[in-house]
Amino acid sequence: MVGKKKVWVKVLVIIVLILGALWAGFPILWMFLNSFKPNAEIFAWPPVWISKGFSFGAYKAIFTNPEQVRFFINSYVIAGLVVILTLFIGIMASYAFSRFNFVGKKVINTVIVAVQAVPPITLLIPYLSLIVTLKIYNTFAALVLTYMVFTLPYCILMTTGYLNTLPKDLDEAVMIDGGSRWRALWKILVPTSIPGLVSVGMYTFMQAWNEYLFALALTKTNDMRTVPVGINLLMGQHSYEWNQMMAMSVLGSLPILILFLFFQRYFIAGMTAGSVKS
Amino acid sequence: MNTKRRKDVFRKKATPYLYLSPTIILMFILLVIPIIMVIRYSLFDNVIINKNPQFVGFANYAAVLKDKTFWIAVKNTLYFVIVSIIAHLIIGMVFALVLNTRYLNSRTKGIFRVLYALPWMFTASVIAILWRMMLDPNGILNYLIVTMGISEKNIAFLAKRDIALQAVTLINIWSGYPFYMISILAGLQGISTDLYEAASIDGATTIKTFLHITIPQLKPILISLLMLDFVWTLQQFALIWMTTGGGPVNATETVSTYIYKQGFTKYQYSMASTGAVILLIVCTIIGIFYVRQQRSEG
Repeated sequence: MVGKKKVWVKVLVIIVLILGALWAGFPILWMFLNSFKPNAEIFAWPPVWISKGFSFGAYKAIFTNPEQVRFFINSYVIAGLVVILTLFIGIMASYAFSRFNFVGKKVINTVIVAVQAVPPITLLIPYLSLIVTLKIYNTFAALVLTYMVFTLPYCILMTTGYLNTLPKDLDEAVMIDGGSRWRALWKILVPTSIPGLVSVGMYTFMQAWNEYLFALALTKTNDMRTVPVGINLLMGQHSYEWNQMMAMSVLGSLPILILFLFFQRYFIAGMTAGSVKS
Repeated sequence: MNTKRRKDVFRKKATPYLYLSPTIILMFILLVIPIIMVIRYSLFDNVIINKNPQFVGFANYAAVLKDKTFWIAVKNTLYFVIVSIIAHLIIGMVFALVLNTRYLNSRTKGIFRVLYALPWMFTASVIAILWRMMLDPNGILNYLIVTMGISEKNIAFLAKRDIALQAVTLINIWSGYPFYMISILAGLQGISTDLYEAASIDGATTIKTFLHITIPQLKPILISLLMLDFVWTLQQFALIWMTTGGGPVNATETVSTYIYKQGFTKYQYSMASTGAVILLIVCTIIGIFYVRQQRSEG
């Protein structure tokens, strides 16, 4: 009886496993396959799996188009700057939260937690006039600064958590030797929390790389567009070159996929931080 | 001596604020001021376009609340959010449970965990284009549906008024469940095996164990997940904008696309701001519960 039940459960597990793989993986597989097909075969009936006209043509078309290469450069520069600035400013703020008691600590902390609930679209309308007033409309600065409103809170909450696990003796030892707090933070505390900071950095990169709404509304010219906006621009411009759109989607997803596959554990630690308390 | 000591005290008190100053300045300029601005906009007539806008009190709120399109958007948003988060929870839970069984070796679990988490890695514009291709009247899904005899004719999923909302919701379900799966999996691994052993000694069935041990143990995680996801899905803009743009007619209009259209296609910035403030209020209320939940746990 017990044995029968076990077999039944095992079969069920395998069925769910396969259905799940189809559900999660098939759309992604289809994207890859279609990026190597001639455009005419994308909607072939019955579907063509691997085309006789298999080629890297769609990728070549993207790489040889300076406008599209520019989208990638923009995205890398913006996401890179967001990661560096978020970590720098976030680490400083976390240090204050972790090592000091001060008036207003709770209020500032609550604001930082609450930002995660603020809808980006609520800020977009005032941003439009604010960004014009600051004379940074259609620049990298507009995107980097506005992205940081959403990347900083996560970074500060996570990093404060990591710094709280490090004993105060560590920084005090540096200060007794005549070093400053600043030195203690960057020479001792930061190097000790590298694994945590890698998680934070990757999550921040992902947020910045994937952002669409601000990138759409706060930039105007194509030389300032990022990959997510660029992919969508392809839809109108080239009368539905589906193979190129798929190639660009693959290329646009690659940085995040590589980070995920190689640094899975850090990535997952970053993802679960909001809901799972260890 | 006395002034030096006073200086030291001052310096010690000022230090945390110095470390926080970049954060405070950024948050003040790009969060506090914009929120004040958007609330102010919602109380004036036709801001940004009009050089000298007049104060109109709550007239914009009355106008938005009387707008039929707004209520269609609210209805669609509720459908989109509620179906999405329930489906996310169920799919995430099933996958997490399967990946946590003893019937699979850790290598298999590792591979499938990566595979199942993949949809979370794609940006909204990639997901939108990919699904537009798959849901096309001549796309692969229609091929399957027609050859399997589920439907006789090809279905234009995203262009038919009666199913466009379901189609967009399906896309959102696909892209969002991995967050639940990964979090629930982490939660499951944190449940003490003693609890399960005690239950099996008592002769509890699998379903009873699930209901009386697994669910109560996961409860804090599940509540956090649902609240975070509720707020995120409520704000979802990119995916809907790039698949249907709120259409056909208003079939997939949500609060986000409504606000965006008021502002950026109709140039009714006051109406857009009013919608944005209403959305902000709803999100803030859920946010307060989320903060409380996090505090009571920690």
